[in-house]
Amino acid sequence: MNVTVDNIRKMYGDVEALRGISFDLESGELYCVLGPSGSGKTTLLRIIAMLEKCDSGMVLYDGCPPDDLIRDRIVMVLQKPVVFKDTVFENVAYGLKIRRTPREEIDDRVSSALELVGMHGFEERWAPSLSAGEQQRVAFARAIVLDPSLLLLDEFTANLDPAHVKVLENSVLAYLKKEDSTILFATHDLNQVKRMRPRIIFIKEGRVVEISDPEEFLTSAKTEEGRRFVEGEL
Amino acid sequence: MHLNGADPMIPSPPGFTCDEETFRVIEVTVMTLAVSGGATIIAGLIGIPLGIYLGMKRGRLFLVIMTLTHTFYGMPPVLAGLLFYLLLSRNGPLGSLGLIFTPAAMILVQVFLVTPIVIGLTASAVGSVEKSVLDTAITLGARGRTLLKTMAKEARTGILSAVMIAFGSAISEVGAVILVGGNIKWRTQVLTTAILIETEKGNIEYAVTLGCILLLLSVVTYSILTYIQARETGMKIRLRRKGSKPGRKRG
Repeated sequence: MNVTVDNIRKMYGDVEALRGISFDLESGELYCVLGPSGSGKTTLLRIIAMLEKCDSGMVLYDGCPPDDLIRDRIVMVLQKPVVFKDTVFENVAYGLKIRRTPREEIDDRVSSALELVGMHGFEERWAPSLSAGEQQRVAFARAIVLDPSLLLLDEFTANLDPAHVKVLENSVLAYLKKEDSTILFATHDLNQVKRMRPRIIFIKEGRVVEISDPEEFLTSAKTEEGRRFVEGEL
Repeated sequence: MHLNGADPMIPSPPGFTCDEETFRVIEVTVMTLAVSGGATIIAGLIGIPLGIYLGMKRGRLFLVIMTLTHTFYGMPPVLAGLLFYLLLSRNGPLGSLGLIFTPAAMILVQVFLVTPIVIGLTASAVGSVEKSVLDTAITLGARGRTLLKTMAKEARTGILSAVMIAFGSAISEVGAVILVGGNIKWRTQVLTTAILIETEKGNIEYAVTLGCILLLLSVVTYSILTYIQARETGMKIRLRRKGSKPGRKRG
């Protein structure tokens, strides 16, 4: 899915969280909204996911304004692992059941998604009893099982141990190879950027500071703020 | 049970002897369960969907309705009884319905008393489900009734607690049902009102028997509630194998 974010603004009371953000996402590419904490990454992702409305500006999806059909093609995985009080199978099958997918197809797709995140055999486990890392993998499997045209991941490895981080990052990259989906993730972790090599949208205080390739950003950022972020001064 | 030398009056099924007192105990218990159970079911049908909706809104409407329901929590049952007595009595605005001194009137007044409990506790239970759960359901495609169903499932322990507490409240209520039911023997007598009248008559042994049954019903109700709550909290470790859902095999 091609996405055009055009001059979006968002206020929370007196605080301006987003101050006229614009960029384009091309179909089938991996992008990252990079920025320090409080820069507006989550708000930006929530607006693109249609979980919140912006005060001004617009987001276009394949050139069209948001509607329910487009909304069904977008899935967001939140920073904190969220699993429903049910088995792993029922969690991953949740969106497919809403879409009235045939039972046999649900079984196949759930199995494939769980295999991709390394959780094959966990189907009958009670999801809330899993570790945070396992729960986040379930949340990711539950998202990709729907084959979304746009997948949004908000700090999806925050608070996870390195082993779980690696599994999830590899799952994202494997999914990107397999499907023609646009993926946009938010992070403040430069090491994650180094490992995943996404195209970078660097934001600070609700503004896009620069858009770069990862190599360029990490070695010679175009802006002073970008360089200071890489140097760990922001 | 044979109290005060009462003679057997009620025909019993073959092989089962039953004197009047025993039959009365059974009849009063059944009437209590029918009135309080019926009121709880109706209150649940009204209160659960409304409570889920309010719990999901979490806005100004939520605060207004919650304030109202909390106000109704504290409403003296005898006042509700008086209100319904005036409404349903022969000269009242709903007198033509002929409901006064019937079990239907008792159910009505109990619905009035316990529905706010179901609404308030359900809304609190749904409101305490993290917003991230609601957001996740929405982003996965849940809308309308599916979203309500998901939130109900996530808050099911709290909702069940609401229903059980409402039943417990209904079953132990006396002031309202005695006013609109009239405490008529064999017709509108429930455990609480029967205890009241038998104590006044000096039938202490009989009143104590009825009291024990009422206590037993409360114990059973709250035991079920406690068990279910325990399953959803830390005590589940002791009640079922870690990591598995009750009644389902582990993968």
